[in-house]
Amino acid sequence: MKSLHLHVKGQSAKLMAESQESAGAGAPASTQNSWFKRYFIADANLNALCFVFILMAAVCALAFGSSMYSGANLQSMAFQIPEFGLIALGMMLAFLVGGIDLSIVANACLSGIIAGFILTGQWLPGLEEGSRIALAVVIALTLSTLMGLFNGILIATCAVSSLIATLGTMTFYSGIGMALTGGRSVVGFPDSFTSMGIAEVGGVPLIFIMFIAVMIIMAVMLEKTGNGRKLYLFGGNPVASLFSGINNKRMNLAAFTAIGFLAGLAGLTIIMRVNSAKVGYGDAYVFQSLIVCVIAGIHPAGGRGKVIGIGITTVLMQMAASSFTILQLSPYTTKLIWGLMLILVLGLTKDGRKLLNMLSQSLKKPAARRPAGSEDA
Amino acid sequence: MEEYAATQLRAEPHKGDPQGLPLMVEAIDITKTFGDFKALDNINLMFKGGEIHCLAGENGSGKSTLVKVISGIYTPDKGTIVVNGRNYSSITPVQSMHEGIQVIYQDLSLFEHMSVAENIAIGKLRETNQRLVNWPQIYEIAAEQLSRIGVNLDLRQELREASISTKQLTAICRALAMDAKVLFMDEPTTALTSREVDRLLAVMSELKKSGLAIIFISHKLDEVFRISDVVTVFRDGRKIGDFPSRDLNQRRLSYYMTGREISYPKYQRTSPDEPSFIELKDLCKKGMYENISLKLRKGDITGCIGLLGSGRTELALSLFGLNRPDSGQILIDGKEVSISSPTTAMDHGIALLPEDRAVQGLFLERSIAVNTTAAVIKQLCSSILGFFDFKKERSAAVDSIKRLKIKTTSEDKLSGELSGGNQQKVVLAKWLLTKPRLFIMDNPTVGIDIGSKSEIYEIAQQLAHQGMAILLLSDELEELTSNCNRIAVFYHGRIIKLLEEDELKDPHTAVFINAAIASGDIAKAQAAAKAARAGAAVQTSAAKEGK
Ligand SMILES: Nc1ncnc2c1ncn2[C@@H]1O[C@H](COP(=O)(O)OP(=O)(O)OP(=O)(O)O)[C@@H](O)[C@H]1O
Ligand SMILES: [Mg+2]
Repeated sequence: MKSLHLHVKGQSAKLMAESQESAGAGAPASTQNSWFKRYFIADANLNALCFVFILMAAVCALAFGSSMYSGANLQSMAFQIPEFGLIALGMMLAFLVGGIDLSIVANACLSGIIAGFILTGQWLPGLEEGSRIALAVVIALTLSTLMGLFNGILIATCAVSSLIATLGTMTFYSGIGMALTGGRSVVGFPDSFTSMGIAEVGGVPLIFIMFIAVMIIMAVMLEKTGNGRKLYLFGGNPVASLFSGINNKRMNLAAFTAIGFLAGLAGLTIIMRVNSAKVGYGDAYVFQSLIVCVIAGIHPAGGRGKVIGIGITTVLMQMAASSFTILQLSPYTTKLIWGLMLILVLGLTKDGRKLLNMLSQSLKKPAARRPAGSEDA
Repeated sequence: MEEYAATQLRAEPHKGDPQGLPLMVEAIDITKTFGDFKALDNINLMFKGGEIHCLAGENGSGKSTLVKVISGIYTPDKGTIVVNGRNYSSITPVQSMHEGIQVIYQDLSLFEHMSVAENIAIGKLRETNQRLVNWPQIYEIAAEQLSRIGVNLDLRQELREASISTKQLTAICRALAMDAKVLFMDEPTTALTSREVDRLLAVMSELKKSGLAIIFISHKLDEVFRISDVVTVFRDGRKIGDFPSRDLNQRRLSYYMTGREISYPKYQRTSPDEPSFIELKDLCKKGMYENISLKLRKGDITGCIGLLGSGRTELALSLFGLNRPDSGQILIDGKEVSISSPTTAMDHGIALLPEDRAVQGLFLERSIAVNTTAAVIKQLCSSILGFFDFKKERSAAVDSIKRLKIKTTSEDKLSGELSGGNQQKVVLAKWLLTKPRLFIMDNPTVGIDIGSKSEIYEIAQQLAHQGMAILLLSDELEELTSNCNRIAVFYHGRIIKLLEEDELKDPHTAVFINAAIASGDIAKAQAAAKAARAGAAVQTSAAKEGK
């Protein structure tokens, strides 16, 4: 096993070296080609992922044909992808810094509820519709970002493990939502708000375009900027990053704050589309996003993984969900399949087992994971 | 699974030794490549029981790779491994263990949360498929093995609280408990103090007497000569030859290893004599160091020597913002500064090459290029949007590789795939890019071959000539005497003596320093040096008379 792994590593490094060489040759025609090589072929994980995606697409084509690839079905998939995709992107950020965030969905629901109260005029009554919507969006995003920051503070300054911290805040955020709504749904949003949730541009849902835009921005920030590089380095080895003058605390804060913002966006997307806000919507998204991250090759120990992987995997998952619908599986069967998938992915893949291991470790020794990072004065 | 061929080609175990030592392992025509790179090239080698066999060679010459091939971690491309008369074209780790081959790796791979006794016994118990924990038996196994090597350890101590030396002995006992007949030790002494090294070498001799074949890898040539019977020299994946160690001396061995004469350059400070730019005044940190006062000028290479726990590393961390002092002042250019984090340290032009390169120094899973630029990310970013300049990164990495002669196929190679010495050069390169004014090096040449050592010394001295101040923490006296123009002797958290340039010219300072770090008593150390001087004088006069 071990030798096999080492060989693969050696090979991918070699591939990377080759692709660099051809980039060095610098013929303009080949630049695009080598970029592609560097991005997909050199990355064994993305490579496999693309393969699985093509396989899945082909199987779906054979099995379901037009019921999968009809315009209507594609569009309905594109409507459902963004809310989950945003949550998965958030989870990816947590993974990148070697952590986990269980509170993303609770945060999304709570920001949705708060936006809902403002939209329905229950809070800040007397505003006209336009400013109500603007205010709801701004306040929801601000609060969700602050909730993320709060997680970050717990993790970075109080040296609580992210699992424990976000388990706590998940309950806390849901609790607030419960207290505010009494468990009922907040409904009755202005039409001009909900119409954004179903708007489309040339057949493509507006929220899907927004999701793609978020993905691109995040990919650029992570992979093309200095701060992104620092985040990856911190995630990969927090001790070495500390010894390289990277502010570890700030990295944790930044990651979890950004997760909060993504959760807020997810919350708004949800209430825009389903026209109601309540506690407990999308509970399953938490563990589904864990599956997505592991499949997408986001290393649970931190420091590795690409946004594009999340994009591909999210679409994969949506295709799976869609085929369940086409097959008219009962909700119970669907749940069963997701559960099985969780067990398979976490239990049988190397990264999945690593994740389980880390989780049990951090339950045992809450602050043991990165002592050097917490020392950072 | 790997295919294995255990055909019995030889009817009789090979016994070609004049002293009649039994052949334990033979490697025949072993070749191992990584991609296009030949890490081992047609290696033929025999390991005999009752013999301590050293593998010597520069960093990246293939020593560890050979160990990994024989212990089954790597599959060779070509060749045969003969163990106990059985031929393997490739051996699995399990087979290798069953044949009595055990390896003590540098990271030791022990169970940190278990006791010494459990760690020793676990391998054996697992092999006999025992499920129930049988404490008396665990202690019995552990005590038996410890008595075999003649040391006493606290069996109940949890391993994460134990010293590295204890861990190492635990790992050895675990190997013995599993009936080791061939014991590989890959750089076991790098993290040990000299007293612990003595103990380890004594244990090794003990094991040799009981008939084990011991294969020992170390870059410290004095250890090699103290302990080994045979030395095999590797260069660039090829075997240069097997030499009985009594036929070798340090100079010849280093010539065989590097193919050239190695001599360490001697540092002479040339910078103009201006006042110090960094001054430490009465720096204290409870339980670590106290009343440290030290002035550093441009071009000073100040050595720090002392035993484990003498407070040197802790002081270094304080200067780098990772260990805030309780009291005292740090003055830079005459102004008091508070160094609260590595970032502020770097702003003041301070760099630290840390003790533990694998954890503190490197991102092992990232490329050389990423590692070399890790401390200058900000400088490689556009000022407005913070976009990272990948072109500049590449050229910085390529320059560093050239400048420090890092042995690699490309700047995209993962730093974890480099050999130890080249990894260290990558960390060095990372800090040189920050253009520090004060460079603190904490044992910069641990695990580094003599050739690279002299290269690193040359670089350090060249930087000092250009005006950099260097604080060199080292356990190797020779390293300090050839590189430093001043040496601070640490004892229990205090600088008990600062030796200046002219005092270092005295050939008997070595005696003084050794006595001082061990006893902490200046008068005694001076007496020892005096005695040595007198002894030498008597000898020379006797020699003259003899003529
Ligand atoms: N898994 C790997 N993938 C690619 N190259 C490797 C791998 N392992 C080792 N190498 C290369 O093989 C060569 C030999 O490495 P090895 O670790 O055997 O050297 P060594 O003699 O033990 O050096 P050191 O004294 O520094 O420990 C090195 O150049 C190294 O870069
Ligand atoms: Mg080695």
